[in-house]
Amino acid sequence: MTISADHAAQPAAQQAAQQDPAGEAVSKFGITVEDYMLPARHQIQMVGPDGTLNPHTEQGTQPGHEYSLPSEAELMAAYEQLVVGRRVNDQNSALVRQGRMAVYPSSHGQEACQVAAALCLAEGDWLFPTYRDSVAVMARGVDPVQTMTLFRGDWHGGYDPAKNKVGIQCTPLTTQLLHGVGVAHAAKLRGEDTVVLAMCGDGATSEGDFHEALNFAAVFHLPVVFFVQNNQYAISVPLAHQSVAPSLAHKAVGYGMAGERVDGNDIVALLAVLGRAVKLAREGSGPLLVEAHTYRMQAHTNADDATRYRQDSEVAEWVAKDPLSRMQTYLTDRGLLDDDRAARIAEKAEAVATQLREGLSEEVPVEPQDLFKYVFSTPTPQLKEQSAMLADELARDAASTATASASKGAGK
Amino acid sequence: MSPTITTSSEANGNVSAATARAAAKAAVAAEQAGPQTITLAKALNTAMADAMHADPSVLVFGEDVGMLGGVFRITDGLTKTFGTSRCFDTPLAESGIVGMAVGMAMNGMRPVIEMQFDAFAYPAFEQIVSHVAKMHNRTKGAVKLPMVIRVPYAGGIGGVEHHCDSSEAYYAHTAGLKVFTPATVADGYRMLREAIDSDDPVMFMEPKKLYWSKDQVDLDALRAEHAANTERGTSSEGRAAVARPGTDATLIAYGPSVPTALAAAAAAAEEGRSLEVIDVRSIVPFDDETVCASVRKTGRAVVIAEAHGFASVASEIVARVQERCFHHLAAPIRRVTGFDVPYPAPKLEHYYLPGVDRILDAVDDLQWED
Repeated sequence: MTISADHAAQPAAQQAAQQDPAGEAVSKFGITVEDYMLPARHQIQMVGPDGTLNPHTEQGTQPGHEYSLPSEAELMAAYEQLVVGRRVNDQNSALVRQGRMAVYPSSHGQEACQVAAALCLAEGDWLFPTYRDSVAVMARGVDPVQTMTLFRGDWHGGYDPAKNKVGIQCTPLTTQLLHGVGVAHAAKLRGEDTVVLAMCGDGATSEGDFHEALNFAAVFHLPVVFFVQNNQYAISVPLAHQSVAPSLAHKAVGYGMAGERVDGNDIVALLAVLGRAVKLAREGSGPLLVEAHTYRMQAHTNADDATRYRQDSEVAEWVAKDPLSRMQTYLTDRGLLDDDRAARIAEKAEAVATQLREGLSEEVPVEPQDLFKYVFSTPTPQLKEQSAMLADELARDAASTATASASKGAGK
Repeated sequence: MSPTITTSSEANGNVSAATARAAAKAAVAAEQAGPQTITLAKALNTAMADAMHADPSVLVFGEDVGMLGGVFRITDGLTKTFGTSRCFDTPLAESGIVGMAVGMAMNGMRPVIEMQFDAFAYPAFEQIVSHVAKMHNRTKGAVKLPMVIRVPYAGGIGGVEHHCDSSEAYYAHTAGLKVFTPATVADGYRMLREAIDSDDPVMFMEPKKLYWSKDQVDLDALRAEHAANTERGTSSEGRAAVARPGTDATLIAYGPSVPTALAAAAAAAEEGRSLEVIDVRSIVPFDDETVCASVRKTGRAVVIAEAHGFASVASEIVARVQERCFHHLAAPIRRVTGFDVPYPAPKLEHYYLPGVDRILDAVDDLQWED
């Protein structure tokens, strides 16, 4: 292993000159420092809710905030994942209703954010998701059934994070952002060009670790894209109770990083904005913050009752902004999507749903000794004792069950 | 189990031990060879420097650990020797320090991080309990977190509030954390090297009142011992030590309380009572074997710790020993601990801290007349 910067302390001024993203942006984009760090004056949107492409002048066109339309191949790949993501969400919710899964925090309505977060990254990059980001995890290539292990209740995590470079889905809010910062920091010290995309929600921006993660990433000038899915509610609490900042993207300014707002139900804009953020981070811009405006169409989880804190009319407004239907219209109008292509995509989505149904219906026997196996790399003497105690209990249970069934058999 | 603490690897001549010695010698060319009198602070500092020389993935970071060398100077000179990418200051945020270390450990590094004072580590509690301790378990062993969280802890230095907490029980209670606490200069070197070598996270509790305690140690011999242990795959991890042999009763202590227990044993010897002193060294894993062997031999025990007694490590030790040694006991096991009050202001701390007299009083209560 080599560490690229194994050198004596540099003079502070020299370091500062190397790590002035705003200064670089001023010369690169020909804009002011404020224009670099502040989000564009409106959300970046390319395709409107009715599926029509916005006039070029209404897309991201401000200096330093200019975005170009993703390629046809990128759009079609994203659309396919959107359809799969929606099917995954609805299939998993159904499995919870059928009692085959303990809980599922659905990202129904947020699929555009989920898919874009996964597709904007290169193979060597890392994704740090939350508990609601199962669709992003699968879109990154993690096996669907392994992804659902956490929610089925077999174990806390079902996949090896290193394999697809996806952190374990994190429940303690924003703690995973710091892990993303650490992964990026280690990669930077080794001279690798890894980018990390770390996800959180609107409520999570109130947590202390949100602040610490953004500040650490900025101070150490790390290639991290912080991606906030603002779905308007933290369980029941609306955004107005979390923050009165002009937008969550504006919080970037306080850390000396660039922020951007994007329509979170427009995957075209998401691919453009996140794609450029990843590119800038890889080129050495330091961290960036992207806030996507979206909506959690369903309750927090199956245990939640969303009718207690929000109106049906509000939900209906967001149905009209659905990320799938607008893409379907847009791609059909562009001649990229026809009935045949749509049918093939639907088939793929159904195959994943079948995989989930079958995989989650399968009764996987749990191994009681696993309780002790992974606490440490080598079990302590105390854990060995406790493991032996449980093994003895189970052996006695098995013996008494055997005796009981033998005597029952004898009595017949 | 065979003894794992050895000082005689000079003769075995294996290559890796020789290489490690050569590297270490180069690093400390200015140091005199052979036994020398050094502080615990110097032993800890040397352990980090040697580990950084041996492995480029070992990084040191925290608050003021860079050019200043830490408020206790434990990281003195590391930035100068290894550069700002190997030993560096972070923003002033403990959760950030621990959380970033988790990510670095996930991605091939071995971070050794400093929490400036015991009570300053509390903002990092969520990262420590929910991630540092659990990552290996929740990923079924796929992710290992080889990281060391150094915590200067406990009192006796006249520190103001929030600078003298004995916080070891919080960590010992959390499944998935190893908790080490050295009491001697040699163990400072030995145990910190072992903590850095550990593939599992270690809470390394440094008794801050002992930072300036001195002892004569041979650093080259300690390096050779470490190299030999590495070669053989052995270590002193998880082993308690008999700090002073005795026959009449056992004093069980760790970290800052070990010198106090030794002083009590010396005083008792003058009164004709032979006390054995056990230095626990490793709270997790705990060495039931060594502790119980001593208590079975003496039949009497007092557990000494600075932390509050209620729901404490001392309570756990008492429970473990009485479960295992009940029929060998001539008297109930006593605890001498801090009172169940917030750590006192400097002018009151001597009333709070377990002292020689309080320990000897407890020993006197061990039903000698029966």
